[in-house]
Amino acid sequence: MSSEPVGQKAQKALFDSVDDVATRLADVGYIASTAVATTVFLADRLGKPLLVEGPAGVGKTELARAVAEATGSGLVRLQCYEGIDEARALYEWNHAKQLLRITASQGASWDETRDDVFSEEFLLPRPLLTAIRREDPTVLLVDETDKADVEVEGLLLEVLGDFQVTVPEWGTITANQRPFTLLTSNATRELSEALKRRCLFLHLDFPDAELERRIVLTRVPQLPEALAEELVRIVGVLRGIQLRKAPSVSETIDWGRTLLALGLDTLDDAAVRATLGVVLKHRSDAERAVAELRLN
Amino acid sequence: MTAPTAGLPAHLVDFVGALRRTGIAVGPGESVDAAAVMAELDLLRREQLREGLAAAMLRRSGQRAVFDALFDLWFPLGQGAALGEVALPYAEDGSVDVEALRDLLAGLLRDGDTAAMAELARAVVDGLGAVGRGTGGQGQGQGGGGDRGEGGPGGRPSSWSAYQALNVVRPETLLARVLADLRRGRETQRSRARPDDPDAGWDSPFAEEVSRREVRERIASFRRMVTDETRRRGAEIRGREAAARTGVPKQGDRVDFLTANAEQLADLRRRVAPLARHLASRLAARRRRARRGPIDLRRTLRRSMSTGGVPMRPAHRRPRPGRPELVLFCDVSGSVAGFSHFTMMLVQALREQFSRIRIFCFVDGCVEVTDLFGPGNDLGGVMAEITARPGLVAFDGHSDYGSALGRLREGWPDVVGPRTSLLVLGDARTNYRDPNLAVLGDLAERARHVHWLNPEPQAQWGTGDSAARRYGQVVPMHECRTAAQLAGVVSGLLPV
Repeated sequence: MSSEPVGQKAQKALFDSVDDVATRLADVGYIASTAVATTVFLADRLGKPLLVEGPAGVGKTELARAVAEATGSGLVRLQCYEGIDEARALYEWNHAKQLLRITASQGASWDETRDDVFSEEFLLPRPLLTAIRREDPTVLLVDETDKADVEVEGLLLEVLGDFQVTVPEWGTITANQRPFTLLTSNATRELSEALKRRCLFLHLDFPDAELERRIVLTRVPQLPEALAEELVRIVGVLRGIQLRKAPSVSETIDWGRTLLALGLDTLDDAAVRATLGVVLKHRSDAERAVAELRLN
Repeated sequence: MTAPTAGLPAHLVDFVGALRRTGIAVGPGESVDAAAVMAELDLLRREQLREGLAAAMLRRSGQRAVFDALFDLWFPLGQGAALGEVALPYAEDGSVDVEALRDLLAGLLRDGDTAAMAELARAVVDGLGAVGRGTGGQGQGQGGGGDRGEGGPGGRPSSWSAYQALNVVRPETLLARVLADLRRGRETQRSRARPDDPDAGWDSPFAEEVSRREVRERIASFRRMVTDETRRRGAEIRGREAAARTGVPKQGDRVDFLTANAEQLADLRRRVAPLARHLASRLAARRRRARRGPIDLRRTLRRSMSTGGVPMRPAHRRPRPGRPELVLFCDVSGSVAGFSHFTMMLVQALREQFSRIRIFCFVDGCVEVTDLFGPGNDLGGVMAEITARPGLVAFDGHSDYGSALGRLREGWPDVVGPRTSLLVLGDARTNYRDPNLAVLGDLAERARHVHWLNPEPQAQWGTGDSAARRYGQVVPMHECRTAAQLAGVVSGLLPV
């Protein structure tokens, strides 16, 4: 394929076409929009990481899980947080064990000990190195990239650009196969231009009503179809109100599950009032919705 | 190698150029990616192409609306009328039967059939939107729906008008009718389901309100469809470059605070919240470096490896980012009415990030309003409550920065201390009164940082009654008219 990056071994594509992506994701319970299916297909074909941005609860992390399941790949997850560093993202030497080894081998020559303490046994691989060294097809998920510090972005640049890692004692390790990489971000901070340029960008927003109905029915199959439709309609209206936290797809699904658990088969005023807390997490939001939608 | 002059590559380069002109930075790397995307995708699947190009060329979500509008111009759905299956109804004399058309639209609005609505929008623009073709807007339908437009008897129209088309259809006036239809549908359904229940036919205000908002949204989307279609048809006449210059919306972060419409304000609100978080972490950055946390055993042990396992240099844990004190001093007078809405959004967003924040509003007096911005309070009523506070207006209700600063200093002498960041929001138009520079200078000396955000363009600073230049000599003043500028200010405040 012409778009295969130089220096990379020809790699079998995961998907045949955009429609193939949609069908296979649907088989594992992830209903993908055209945008999602197209970008997943392209990320695979062009061998570029996919940066998914969007509000919480629209299925960013779930997408990685679904891709892994649909393609039979292993999922390696790097959860970012403030203060995450190389030792937690890439690899770390097991110091305690190395110390033990040095004390236990009193009298051995220096060269021997040195070669020994920097062997596989004393290496603690963290997610990025794990993903690169894996032999089997891999989906690498870098979750909540925006939470990590700027320095970690630099590290990601190196790893995601060439899919190689340098361990000073070993030399450079290059990926046997290019993992399908997915980065998620809640956009709490702008990621650096350099990182964004290396990725395909997907803004995952709330789905349209038809898609959301299908998602709810897939996730909560016991829910009557009419009720799901009603649910999606009301959530759509709630998103139109100015709220601090607009309800997400995950909230719609939770709402469906709640109604099912309570054995409610119609969504009348009393039912909405009683279960509104499932969709609206802030007290002020709930109050506002009740007032605007004349629920009292 | 020469630049492509024809064919798909040239067209792509042209499209990239149009994106750049609207301020979306598409580099050569992105162009190459976009070309690779085109090679991989089935070009006949337009929506896939749209998503694929967006993924390769865009880097932030706010650019999507601009991209979509330009995509529709450069990769149009079709040439000419490009009508679908939904056709306009015509009366016997050949004119468009408006009543039948409204019936048709009402049905589509009731069912929420988006695809058919889009087709109807195209037909409406084709049949009713033409300006300057013989009899004007009403069209001269001879053979009915399908083949009109291109070779119509009136020739090519000189332009297309969404306003004219929508004025005939008047979709807003269908709201009550569609709602009544929907209500009838629900009632019959319910009374069929529970024939013995006398309450079954009754519809609650909640259900009513939900469907009202739903239908209103559908009407709005129909209007958008008509507008988009007008832009596409207009581009065929005037050329897409001209259409791109005038018809494409501004990027959200470049919208002026003072002239934003309701939709843009809602968009701004979404942008301001992350900026406030950003600002909070910038102001906290210095504190984090200054303090040391407890011993970090893991890193100490690791460092000790270089000294043979003897911990010579202990490593400390990084302390949790501190929460600095913030004092906000906001102008809420009439001259900055548009800006004060933004001010309130920023204040509310900052309130959630800072635990120790004091908020003061002023016109010519000065009041503390921190209590109004409790967590989770609704912004809607806050502005009214602020203006109702006694003390906000001390004299005549014209803003007087000098006297307000003086009152802040007298009434709350300890509010600004060495750990405080002071943020002033206002246009510095002090109605030719004494700007009281000494007090501001004194505050600036006592505070850790002082920054002034001014919603006026820099060129107007110091003109008329503006004391911006003079204040600007005492404290750093930043022009802050759009979300993009605010982001610039925030990232420039403190180097990370």
